[in-house]
Amino acid sequence: MQPQKTEQFTVPIGPQHPALKEPSSFLISVDGEVVTNAIVRLGYAHRGIEKATESRTYVQNLYLLERICGICSHIHGTAFAMGVERLAGVEVPPRAQAIRLIIAELERIHSHMLWLGVGAHQGGFDALFMFSWRDRETVMDLLESISGNRVNYSANVLGGVKFDLTAAHIGDILKALDYLEERTHHYLKVVTTDASFLQRTRGIGTMTRHQAEVLGAIGPTARASGVLRDVRIEAPYGAYVDHPVTTITDDRGDLEARFAVRIKELFESYRLIREVLDDLPPGDIKTRVKRKIPEGEAAFRVEAPRGELFYFIKSDGTDIPSRVKVRTPTICNMTSVVKLAVGHQLADVPMILAGIDPCFSCNDRMVRVNRNNGSDGWTWEQLRQHGIEYYKQRSQDYDPLVVG
Amino acid sequence: MSSNLSKPWQAALDQITTWARINSPWAIHFNSGSCNGCDIEILATLTPRYDLERFGIKLQGSPRHADVLICTGPVSRQARERLIRTYEQMHEPKFVVAVGACALSGGIFQGCYNVMDGVENVIPVDAYIPGCPPRPEAIIDGIVKLLGSLQEPPADETDAGETIAAAAGEIAAAPHAGSEHG
Repeated sequence: MQPQKTEQFTVPIGPQHPALKEPSSFLISVDGEVVTNAIVRLGYAHRGIEKATESRTYVQNLYLLERICGICSHIHGTAFAMGVERLAGVEVPPRAQAIRLIIAELERIHSHMLWLGVGAHQGGFDALFMFSWRDRETVMDLLESISGNRVNYSANVLGGVKFDLTAAHIGDILKALDYLEERTHHYLKVVTTDASFLQRTRGIGTMTRHQAEVLGAIGPTARASGVLRDVRIEAPYGAYVDHPVTTITDDRGDLEARFAVRIKELFESYRLIREVLDDLPPGDIKTRVKRKIPEGEAAFRVEAPRGELFYFIKSDGTDIPSRVKVRTPTICNMTSVVKLAVGHQLADVPMILAGIDPCFSCNDRMVRVNRNNGSDGWTWEQLRQHGIEYYKQRSQDYDPLVVG
Repeated sequence: MSSNLSKPWQAALDQITTWARINSPWAIHFNSGSCNGCDIEILATLTPRYDLERFGIKLQGSPRHADVLICTGPVSRQARERLIRTYEQMHEPKFVVAVGACALSGGIFQGCYNVMDGVENVIPVDAYIPGCPPRPEAIIDGIVKLLGSLQEPPADETDAGETIAAAAGEIAAAPHAGSEHG
């Protein structure tokens, strides 16, 4: 019998798919069940935020940039506010710094618990998904009682924070942390001992230390491969200067390590919040920042729940920034998904993807390469026309679609 | 519902269909470029604290199995094509729920160069749930209100089934308002 010619089959996944709640498209070539190539197509959540910042004032931008991502909204606001404060030469009161840290760590807890649930769901462990999301509501309640909103807290203003922590808040937080710590011990036990779940995570998607460095992985994904990358340690900002964190790393680099690292980071967040609450500095929670920001450029990086978040802000002396550039952690980790998926079973791909804690609404950017070394950017209208033309051409790839 | 039954039988059958439709609607979720906030809140409605499934609502992966399209986000140009596609794949009668300020009007992204400023500019919308993001209770309330509106007795003499079919027909016949939206 003639050996059959191996044929590659391409499985298109997305942008609407049952696994993830965000739009992203994958073209996965398979040989049988084994992945031979993976192509990722991003951009479904590109809204043009960076350009929009150039027509809004600094205060308005604070609310716009917070809505880049609904999960790590506070840290986006913090990075922008701290960058602008650096440009304005304003010293933020220590109490405001401490409150920023507490909310950032609460956000990290809610983000990691959310991810734990989503990761477990990808692995078919829906019980863990439901439990972790039930416990996540504890953090959501805290954030709501502090800020009044469950998701976009808008805690930051230029020069400080919007609301103070009262004694009642502090009591609630400490009580909730005790409960969460107990639950987190349980989750750590589950993901490191449950036999059927370990079959989905142990040895899957292993990224060596060298690979992590070459692929430019950051955040907990890199730390699970033994690469110590954490902005809170490399370049401490705000209250992290006085309250250093201990970074958790793991040398194994597989999915199990990523679960372990993120869950252990929760303990570090609990410890840090308690430490800061213990000696919360007294005083004001905001200082005045002038409406017009002095001319200059500032780069600021912070540690988002998913890794390093970088902001570049350029001011031309008015109350509107002339350029804001955002670099989010998911885009740095995305290459690792495409590399690591090759050689694994197709069924492991959602797990490998979930392993980096992807956030597509953060990472969809437009890049234009300017070959003439000129400094002319595109205007709003040009960008709009380009978008209309581009997608008109692209839509010819599909069958013509008419509603009705 | 194209069976040629006599009128009493047809009415009874339609009643049963409406009853079944209201008691167990299957929903599909489409993120058309939202910031995640609404999507996470939709997911939170399924989890133990809020438990949307007690109303018989199930989040479904495939548009071909779904009755209700829950749509978030201001609809980016790239997602637009796929949103229309997903909508087309759903069977009649189908209902669209726009969740969040962005899905209603573009929200904070209104006027951005790459967004369509709301779901209603692309596909017809039946229910709007405002908020940035709406609380899980608000999402549940919106969907329950949509289902309740199906149950209301029709104003004229036609029976409920025909009204729904007619309404669905109108939705299908509605011109594609957002196609030339710049």
